[in-house]
Amino acid sequence: MNAPALETRGLSRRFGGLIASDNVSLKLERGARHALIGPNGAGKTTLVNLLTGTLRPSAGAVLLDGEDVTGLASHARVRRGLARTFQINQLFGNLTPAESLCLAIGERLGHGGRALVSAGQDKAVVLEATELLERFGLTDAMDQKTRRLAYGKQRLLEIALALACRPRVLLLDEPAAGVPENERADILAALAALPADVTILLIEHDMDLVFRFARRISVLVAGRLLMEGEPKQVAADPQVRAVYLGESGHD
Amino acid sequence: MSAIAAPDRVAAHLNRGGRWRPFEIAFWLAIVALIFALPSRALLINEILLAGLFALSLDLVLGYAGIVSLGQAAFFGTGAYAAGIIATLGVAEPLIGLVLASVIAGLLGLITAPLLLRGSDLTRLMVTLGVALLLGELANRNEWITGGADGLSLAAKPVLGLFPIDFTGQRNASLYSLAVLFALFVAARRLVQSPFGLSVRALKENPLRANALGVSAARRLIAIYGIAAAYAGASGALVAQTTGLVSLDVFDFHRSADVMLMLIIGGPGYLYGGLIGAAFFIALKDGVASATPEYWEFWIGLPLVVLVLVGRERIGGFIARWARRAALLAMRGAA
Ligand SMILES: Nc1ncnc2c1ncn2[C@@H]1O[C@H](COP(=O)(O)OP(=O)(O)O)[C@@H](O)[C@H]1O
Ligand SMILES: [Mg+2]
Repeated sequence: MNAPALETRGLSRRFGGLIASDNVSLKLERGARHALIGPNGAGKTTLVNLLTGTLRPSAGAVLLDGEDVTGLASHARVRRGLARTFQINQLFGNLTPAESLCLAIGERLGHGGRALVSAGQDKAVVLEATELLERFGLTDAMDQKTRRLAYGKQRLLEIALALACRPRVLLLDEPAAGVPENERADILAALAALPADVTILLIEHDMDLVFRFARRISVLVAGRLLMEGEPKQVAADPQVRAVYLGESGHD
Repeated sequence: MSAIAAPDRVAAHLNRGGRWRPFEIAFWLAIVALIFALPSRALLINEILLAGLFALSLDLVLGYAGIVSLGQAAFFGTGAYAAGIIATLGVAEPLIGLVLASVIAGLLGLITAPLLLRGSDLTRLMVTLGVALLLGELANRNEWITGGADGLSLAAKPVLGLFPIDFTGQRNASLYSLAVLFALFVAARRLVQSPFGLSVRALKENPLRANALGVSAARRLIAIYGIAAAYAGASGALVAQTTGLVSLDVFDFHRSADVMLMLIIGGPGYLYGGLIGAAFFIALKDGVASATPEYWEFWIGLPLVVLVLVGRERIGGFIARWARRAALLAMRGAA
């Protein structure tokens, strides 16, 4: 029997008196298209931070392919195939998109310690970066400082960087946040085009996107998993409807 | 349109720092010319070159890796004493002394770097300051090898057995310093545009994201700190060899502070800032000190305060605008 690609066991995190993550146990099979929804402040980003090692849990464990990685630093988890995007862009303002992507690709290939060759001499890295720039429509902007790019381009770079890690498990924290509606489809199309064996956890508020993308949905409320099921089940659940009452959600 | 294939454009962009631009070539040639044109100022030029090398080391730490340090003198001093002691032990060739001294300083950097991985900028300032103080006190206590308050004097032998660099060869001394500075500068230029350099810059820009891309902050920061320490050690060793003297003040706080000022004056993060700042700082100190010996610190402080308050970019922009206007007027006058 295969271990789940990503699993949490009783994952909890306290901030002072606040319990932001409350005994969360999740399982994502290989190739899952799993959405995590819940109101603002439910603890979705906190959960991603616990999964990636950005935050240490107060209790519980994180497993990748059945192996306990709770003690590993975030950079070590990336090496094991776990990558993420950030709800609020986390980019390198004074590096260019080309430099940022080459950094990510070079690190994945283990070339990051090379100190005596110019980054552009690494053919494999350059080819892959070119391909990613092309795929995300960043070719024209590749040599501009990232902080000068329009927000939409920065958002695309945010996602391209995560893909440059060639993750086996990808965590997407509201990838379409702040992106105009007509451009959201592009982002989701790029994600839908990922290889079928990549395991994806998507956090998203736009219910149309969620229902189009996800084959399973978990609902997080006040740090706790309220329910998990197929989109139809979740949409029909009275508890979930109660939580989303008043929000302009799916009907 | 797409005469150049896209990967080549990306590669060219990433390699762009490797091209020597005309102003860079002019910069280095001008230094050589100055050394030959002003033999009476050879000592001053040598002082500037070595302070520039010291500031270059701080630039790698502060300008590229974003580690604030008020104790870079720890490695400068270690390099100086190492070169002095190596010379008194009978190693005649200055180049060997130089290499050994910078390796020793670099190792000390690697050993102390883990102290800087955690904590805020303030704790880093304190830790770097503390290490330099500690080493100064160690040098003071261990008179048997450092000469204590009397210091060490060394009679440096000719470089490669051919070029004397003592007081009989002051021009040789500054050429020797220039050659080492240039070699280390070229290496630094390489370094900052390598994959390693990219990761160090990324760690400064956004450590959270760098980690999320698989960059191990600890390893990279320890490495760059060690490299910078070796650079500082080289500048200390060269000072020892070209002045023939090492005294306790090599570990002084004012050295760490001065080099920080030089880098801030010249601007961190593009490698030339330390050299330009060193030239500005030392020439100003030299000029002002001979004009008004009592107040020279004031006259150094004043432009610095202006620089910080107004901002280098705005001053640069002002000068550029002013130059454009002057050029425009000149053109109109010609028409
Ligand atoms: N670093 C932190 N320190 C203190 N409280 C935090 C921190 N991060 C998140 N929280 C709190 O934890 C709760 C969950 O936040 P978050 O995970 O960002 O929610 P979501 O992503 O679902 O909107 C919120 O009440 C938030 O204020
Ligand atoms: Mg969030």
